[in-house]
Amino acid sequence: MKREIPILITLVSGLFCLIAFFVPHPFVHDLYGDVQNWAIVVVGCTYVLGVANLLRINVRQAQRMEGDWIYKIVLIAGLLVTMAVGFSEGNHYSDPNSRFTWIYNTFYSPMTSTMFALLAFFIASAAFRAFRIRSPEALLLAIAAFILMLGRVPLGNAIHPYIPIAADWLMEIPQNAAKRGILIGAALGVMATGIRVILGLEKTYGGGGEGGA
Amino acid sequence: MSGFMAGLRTLDRRWIFLAVGLLVIIPLLFRFHIAPVVPSHRARGFYDAIERLPAGSTVLVAGDYDPGTRAENYPMHLTAVSQLMRRNIRIIGIELYPAGVPLADAVLRVVGAEYGKKIGIDYVNLGYKVGNELVMSSMGTSIPKTFPVDSRGVPVARIPVLKGIENFQQIDMIVSISAGYPGTKEWVQQVVSRFHVPMVAGVTAVSAPEYYPYLQAGQLQGLLGGMAGAAEYEVLMNHPALATRGMDAQSLAHVFIAFMILLGNAAFLGQRKPSKG
Repeated sequence: MKREIPILITLVSGLFCLIAFFVPHPFVHDLYGDVQNWAIVVVGCTYVLGVANLLRINVRQAQRMEGDWIYKIVLIAGLLVTMAVGFSEGNHYSDPNSRFTWIYNTFYSPMTSTMFALLAFFIASAAFRAFRIRSPEALLLAIAAFILMLGRVPLGNAIHPYIPIAADWLMEIPQNAAKRGILIGAALGVMATGIRVILGLEKTYGGGGEGGA
Repeated sequence: MSGFMAGLRTLDRRWIFLAVGLLVIIPLLFRFHIAPVVPSHRARGFYDAIERLPAGSTVLVAGDYDPGTRAENYPMHLTAVSQLMRRNIRIIGIELYPAGVPLADAVLRVVGAEYGKKIGIDYVNLGYKVGNELVMSSMGTSIPKTFPVDSRGVPVARIPVLKGIENFQQIDMIVSISAGYPGTKEWVQQVVSRFHVPMVAGVTAVSAPEYYPYLQAGQLQGLLGGMAGAAEYEVLMNHPALATRGMDAQSLAHVFIAFMILLGNAAFLGQRKPSKG
């Protein structure tokens, strides 16, 4: 029963959502809306589980003073303080002068932006140390990279007006053809997996570790 | 010459970091205007799609990004809301990134003050809702049931701009400002293809190639790719701002990275082993 009940719930929910997609009757439409709201509530609960799991793991490591335990304390303190401030301010948490906004603007926003900005430095370093043109394919990749890097900024157009035209051609013809093929293949794969989940042939989502029949 | 190449092979990467830092910071501090920004047909499609909307239309603006991609997404978000407010179009904002709400609130507040628009009457921000694609799909059934209150906690029934808005049938266009998942791709898959709502998108440069098939198929009417796309859009709006100012830095950084590829290959040229087959 431990296995059968989740599979039955998946089967009924999956089939209902498929049917609701094609049946515009008000009863089905309203029930479909309710089912979607239940799903949103379930997803919301996973966030609570995520926070609980994060606290459990990091508190344990901080207590044992393992490895980078000092960072675990910073993480736990940051999480608890931000949550406490957010809850205490209720619906006014995003007001321009709120304490939550101050935390967001002073800590979260610069730190997140910094992490993303580091990419520029590492890409430049990797371009020098790792991008080796050792084969005709690598040469093609390098030529495409040069055209795109120059064609995507105003300087490319100033060097020669054909550079952005060549960059557009690369993006809209060969790149687009490859991307479209990948998208269609992925979509077919998602459909096949969805049918396997609904029919109970795919059971890995239940934690059983079985790929199915 | 061989000594120079040998020196390059052992180059401390911190010199590269320093060069990138200077190439980005100097153009931002001292504006050079290296080359004019020329709008692409993708940016023009974005601009024209909004221009075609009649005054009084209702547009859903999805700000699905967080401060990590602020440099790319925030300027296009500001300019899109400016164009919408300039044309007296009603705006409903939502965010599927939890950290995106303060950014979207700031955009609506700043541009709203510039154009004398009032929150609740001319625009509203419904805020964040957990659930990714489920939220999009649920909005197709009922927007008020999916978002019973806005980001300030005001019940939607008491918000004039939402009067008569039940689902996507009352939405004239979606403007998706997206950093990845959930974002433009999911809006196209869940809403555009199902409810046939016209849509334009502003995305990060790294994710832009993913949306070209949707643009070519007409599922997107316009596409802004990264800071360059945002700068093109600012030029179309005759309002050069944040993104246009960043283009000199981006131009020099791109040229430097191309130069680094050439230099790296030149430095290691003599060390190569002959390839087999």
